[in-house]
Amino acid sequence: MAEISIDGYIKAKVLAVQDFTFLLANSIANLFSSPRYVADTLIQMDVIGVGSLPIVLLTGFFTGGVLALQTYRTLSTFGSVTMLGEVVSLSVVRELGPVLTALMVTGRNSSGIASELGSMLVSEQVDAMRALGTDPVRKLVTPRLFAAIITLPILTILADFFGMLGGYFVSFYTVHLTSVEYWTYVYQALTFEDVTQGLLKPFLFAVIIALVGCYFGLTTRGGTEGVGRSTTQAVVVASVLILLVDFFVTKFLIAIHFF
Amino acid sequence: MPPAAKTVLQGLPVLFSISPFACSMKSPAAIDFQNVWLYFDEKPALSNVSFRLDHGETLILLGPTGSGKSVILKLALGLLKPDEGRVVVEGRDITLMPEKDMREIRRRMGIVFQEGALFDSLSVYENVAYRLREEGIEDEAEIERRVREVLSFVELEAAIDKMPSELSGGMKRRVSIARAIVSEPSIMLYDSPTGGLDPVTSQTINLLILKLRDVQGVSSIVVTHRLQDAFWLANFRYSKDTGGLIPVGGNGAGGASSPTRFLVLRDGTVYFHGTLNEVVSIQDPYLKQFLR
Repeated sequence: MAEISIDGYIKAKVLAVQDFTFLLANSIANLFSSPRYVADTLIQMDVIGVGSLPIVLLTGFFTGGVLALQTYRTLSTFGSVTMLGEVVSLSVVRELGPVLTALMVTGRNSSGIASELGSMLVSEQVDAMRALGTDPVRKLVTPRLFAAIITLPILTILADFFGMLGGYFVSFYTVHLTSVEYWTYVYQALTFEDVTQGLLKPFLFAVIIALVGCYFGLTTRGGTEGVGRSTTQAVVVASVLILLVDFFVTKFLIAIHFF
Repeated sequence: MPPAAKTVLQGLPVLFSISPFACSMKSPAAIDFQNVWLYFDEKPALSNVSFRLDHGETLILLGPTGSGKSVILKLALGLLKPDEGRVVVEGRDITLMPEKDMREIRRRMGIVFQEGALFDSLSVYENVAYRLREEGIEDEAEIERRVREVLSFVELEAAIDKMPSELSGGMKRRVSIARAIVSEPSIMLYDSPTGGLDPVTSQTINLLILKLRDVQGVSSIVVTHRLQDAFWLANFRYSKDTGGLIPVGGNGAGGASSPTRFLVLRDGTVYFHGTLNEVVSIQDPYLKQFLR
């Protein structure tokens, strides 16, 4: 087995961060110059956005529902069952909606992007692309990044709504709250800051989902086995990064007294 | 050019025994590798490799697996950058050339990858049209005309609407050749174009390589493991006039010499570089074993 030195390991990690940063910078810079691959971007919006819609809506709906079920028991001990709508809406809009949507999209798309680009790399299609005069970052990465940035906030909004809907079904049929009671609390609980926070995070998560997938796809080594490895790494790294970024963004927003 | 001057110029290589293609030495080489070193994980993949590909010439790259043949093609195309030395393409040093400037150089080059490397989500038509679209040609009628022209050159016009997954290995290589030549490159790079193919399909591809060289004057580097292909390419020329093959040295358009050289790599170094006559007459034990 090849010996791996500590400094070699650290160098490799620093190099990976550097490469990732360059990929991010180049893919964003490409947005402001031609050629722009509009058709590719629309296809990716369909793949990431429309393709992820069913799982995102299902996740949102059942998360809202189970949240209502779990919280109801606690609230009932304080006689505050009517606040169920408030708890569901705040939890879903601030945290669960953005994070769970991002994690579901990661599971579906970071892996898909990594395997697609990895397969293209090992079958020399990326080299062929360069040989034919195309910048692979512009053609493959930028459309995916842009598509994720556009679609993830929309998916999050829909997941938030379906989360509240899930909470409503539980409140209405199990807890027997009236529709007015539930939706009034849902509406009144939400402030501008809550909604802003819930919609700021998806933009950051979209960058992670698209770029981590692209990065691992374009750095695939070792044939088809390497494609499988890249796919797994992309999902793991993107998921962990989403949770880390979520924590630090929330902490940052609290520190600046955003809410 | 006056006939007399032409005769003198054509005679020069023979008179001075510099190179059978010495006419082209007035102009820069198509590809010029100058003391090129390349390392992968601190291990040399290429060590001090130097050679020159003149215009209209074919360079046959031979060597065992892992000796650096495909790496040379990628360096010539600027897909990899050397750690030391220089790579010059048609007089322009591409060693440190930025990616955006490389596009102009690559426009004059075509490559056929080992497995074809066709875009598997695009049809044959879209694969071949890809380069034209990248060059900004928007007239669909013009694109279709040129795509049909090159597909008919590789005798695959009937497969225009097929997807790469529906093609055989040989057909994929031919589509790959069509995709590479659609923009009329002056340099072609072939990475094992006949690897894994049956003899009949291999011969079809060899004929295409020969036609491109002898009819259109395309300079080429051909990486191959099949010695019979290498010697066939060196032993024949394609006559535009008769539409047939002429043995090198025979009467007619073939001329006295084969516009083909051989470069044998061993462990990333140039082990042999010479003409067909030199390669068959050499007494080196390794080379004899390799060429057996």
